Amino acid sequence: MAKPKLKEHRINREWCKGCGICVAFCPKNVLELDEKDKAVAVRPEDCIACRLCELRCPDLAIEIIVEDEHGIENKIRSGQ
Amino acid sequence: MAVKDYLRERFFPHIWCAGCGHGIVLNSLIRAVEKLGMSKNEIVMVSGIGCSSRISGYVDFHTLHTIHGRALAFATGVKMSKPELNVIVPMGDGDALAIGGNHFIHAARRNIDITAIVMNNRIYGMTGGQYSPLSGYGTLATTAPYKNIDQSFDTVQLATAAGATFVARTTTYHVQQLTDLIRRAILHEGFSVLEVMTQCPTYFGRKNKLGGAVEMMKYMQKATTPIGSKAKQKNPELIERGVFVEKEQPEYCSEYEKIIQRAMASGS
Ligand SMILES: Cc1ncc(C[n+]2csc(CCOP(=O)(O)OP(=O)(O)O)c2C)c(N)n1
Ligand code: SF4
Ligand code: SF4
Ligand code: SF4
Ligand SMILES: [Mg+2]
Repeated sequence: MAKPKLKEHRINREWCKGCGICVAFCPKNVLELDEKDKAVAVRPEDCIACRLCELRCPDLAIEIIVEDEHGIENKIRSGQ
Repeated sequence: MAVKDYLRERFFPHIWCAGCGHGIVLNSLIRAVEKLGMSKNEIVMVSGIGCSSRISGYVDFHTLHTIHGRALAFATGVKMSKPELNVIVPMGDGDALAIGGNHFIHAARRNIDITAIVMNNRIYGMTGGQYSPLSGYGTLATTAPYKNIDQSFDTVQLATAAGATFVARTTTYHVQQLTDLIRRAILHEGFSVLEVMTQCPTYFGRKNKLGGAVEMMKYMQKATTPIGSKAKQKNPELIERGVFVEKEQPEYCSEYEKIIQRAMASGS
């Protein structure tokens, strides 16, 4: 199966509490907290869509949206 | 179904502190249920009282939020009357093993088909950081300002000795394993215990100067190892993660059904 290609990081700013877990454990250093202590994707081009940020977020505030081979938006299901 | 379809979104953002590991357990639990392809109507979540127990308010299953330490007693009643439903009981370390210790060992002994998830943050989070039976010797707590002198239980050994037929452990750092173990614990027929080492940055972390949620998760990464690893042989202090017990034994509700059949056959 082709590698999933990132479409966007969907971050729910109402739910994010700025704990920094997604920032600290992103293997590609894609995320940072902004001046309001909310997670933002500052280097989205480096994202490998591994979804570790999504899985570790205690506030369910971050979702990785990928494109499938037809370029249609597709949220990956859990699992590899 | 999408993750959000399993949530009661109207109660979000949730009540837990920033970085609380209980949210990661909720996250993994929903992914496990999604992977199992279960419908929300097949699941009953029963919890007691504690920060951990509040998980039942956030999931859109059948839910009961009961009393401190007694969730397994309520869950036993639900399971006995509706054995076809999957009963999941999220519990705090205090809820499960202090006030609820007796319910815990006897549910294990009966091997009733319930999934107990012990969210072990080594503290009473909800009531302000009192030590629990899992805080451990030498730790600090609101009620142990000169250090705790109580030894702790080992949840895995306790559950095993009491008769649980599925016993496993992981941490909130190891989210893929966490999702997988919740899935397996739900699938197992009999009493399943999954201990999840989790962080309470607000009380256990602050009292014991362990840093914030990120540092506490890094600690759990370093302090644990897969069962039987080489690292464990070199360093016996490491805490093992994985499945310790997985065995078949008569399940309580099935046995009870046989009693009903025997009584029906003999009664006239
Ligand atoms: C019968 C009874 N005794 C005591 C309490 C007070 N109480 C509420 S939660 C709690 C302990 C919470 O600790 P734990 O079960 O570890 O859950 P956590 O908040 O750490 O997730 C206690 C003692 C209560 N609600 N009911
Ligand atoms: S892990 Fe979640 S709550 Fe924490 S900073 Fe990232 S998006 Fe926000
Ligand atoms: S999906 Fe993976 S690489 Fe992309 S931001 Fe999340 S943790 Fe980083
Ligand atoms: S007090 Fe501790 S256990 Fe309770 S919500 Fe806050 S971090 Fe979580
Ligand atoms: Mg606790």
